[in-house]
Amino acid sequence: MNSRAAHALRPGRRRALGRPPAILVAVAAVGLVFLVIPLVSILARAPWHTLLAQAGGPLVRQALWLSVWTSTVSAVICVVVGVPLAWVLARADLPGRSVLRAAITLPLVLPPVVGGIALLMAFGRNGIFGRYLDSWFGYTLPYTAAAVVMAQTFVALPFLVLSVEGTLRATDSRFDQVAATLGSSRLTAFRRVTLPMIWPGVVSGAVLSWARALGEFGATATFAGSYPGTTRTMPLQIYLAFQSTPQAALSLSVILIIVSLIVLVSLRDRWISGVSA
Amino acid sequence: MKKPILVGALTVGLLFTGCSGKSDQTKLVVFAASSLTGTFDTLATQFEKDHPGVDVVTSFDSSSTLVEQIVQGADVDVMATADEESMQPLVDKSLTAATPTPFATNHLIVVAPKGNPAGVKSIADLAHTDFVSCDPSAPCGAASAKVLAAANITAKPKSLEDNVKAVLSKVMLGEADAGLVYVTDAQAAGNDVVSIPIPDSLNVTTKDLITAVKGSTQPRLAQEWIGYLKSAAGRQVIASAGFGTP
Repeated sequence: MNSRAAHALRPGRRRALGRPPAILVAVAAVGLVFLVIPLVSILARAPWHTLLAQAGGPLVRQALWLSVWTSTVSAVICVVVGVPLAWVLARADLPGRSVLRAAITLPLVLPPVVGGIALLMAFGRNGIFGRYLDSWFGYTLPYTAAAVVMAQTFVALPFLVLSVEGTLRATDSRFDQVAATLGSSRLTAFRRVTLPMIWPGVVSGAVLSWARALGEFGATATFAGSYPGTTRTMPLQIYLAFQSTPQAALSLSVILIIVSLIVLVSLRDRWISGVSA
Repeated sequence: MKKPILVGALTVGLLFTGCSGKSDQTKLVVFAASSLTGTFDTLATQFEKDHPGVDVVTSFDSSSTLVEQIVQGADVDVMATADEESMQPLVDKSLTAATPTPFATNHLIVVAPKGNPAGVKSIADLAHTDFVSCDPSAPCGAASAKVLAAANITAKPKSLEDNVKAVLSKVMLGEADAGLVYVTDAQAAGNDVVSIPIPDSLNVTTKDLITAVKGSTQPRLAQEWIGYLKSAAGRQVIASAGFGTP
């Protein structure tokens, strides 16, 4: 950013830009209303008096706990694997990097059920790799909580990679060069210089991927199956409840919304303090 | 970089709108249980042949899912469920144009993947295999639970799928050693699965019900569809899929 542009963006000069254009504000309002109305409606129609009883039921407790811990494990895996992946995409000189990025983005645009079928083809009992897991180790992935984590990680990883890669690109890579001239290896530069600088991006990416994992339905149902306590996460439980007892599905949805809100809000505070630090 | 994506998206969008150019035809919307998938598709083709200008639009899922969609206001002319219980919400809410009538019967069977890798020979063998079934909230799951109880099998399924075709898929892909499905599903899968019949003494018979939905914009056509199912030609299609007569 050159100094004149920075000058123009100084808070004191904001008034020179005039009021926000009415058309932008109006369209933004339409977007906001569209997002908020369904959520408000679900809260309005939810049977609040039975909510606590519902939340305490064994099926719901099982599903909620399963959802929370598998999503957390998925988010951790996303960070561990995704940050290096984002670094390679942003900083390493690779041939065919755009192809690589397209491959990473694909799970983001695919219907999750396709992801689930793809996972089955790879890691199912008859999958290309899964059959060896079975015949060599007697281990099969489908119908296990590990499969739930895999399905969630598959759909959530692109969120983290793209988020962190964006942060990396916005960060000046000359810091790496300075670190190198000061004698640090590239790995040390990554660990001591780059990582602290992109940390807010990593945290927001982790939150995004956690949220995506929590909401995962199609890949989980297809790859992991649906059994209470082992693979039936909240979204699967809600879908099933909607078939027989829609009122229960409403309660479960509200419970999931509340849990998501609590986690997002509490993490957001930390994330903001991370940015300002 | 952005523009080609946008143009691509628009082109794909146009392609899809181009496909749905049957607007001059009369639409008959038929919701049916998953187990009726192939049968109703065949019936729809025949019905369209006999009724030029009519487009039968079918949607298949678990009976309870579809019934709930109608309760929530889906625009449907005919509803066919895989059992009597799942039809009840429509009756209770007075959403049926007339009393639902049975048009076919079905019962359960054990299926194993091609080659039967786990060597399942009878329903008793489910006790020591990785098997899947429908969730008890779907008609096939309710029937499965009854059959498992009658056969004294306390082993739990590895997964409780939300409709019968999902159970069949898991078995066909070899992702389960066995599954509990309707006889008609096993027949539709042909050589892709091995069928292991369940003795009559342990089995249950489910009754497929059909009704015209109240508020349908095509009440006469809906009646003709139901009449067609019960005609000789319709019965033949239904029987050849493996369904019984009520």
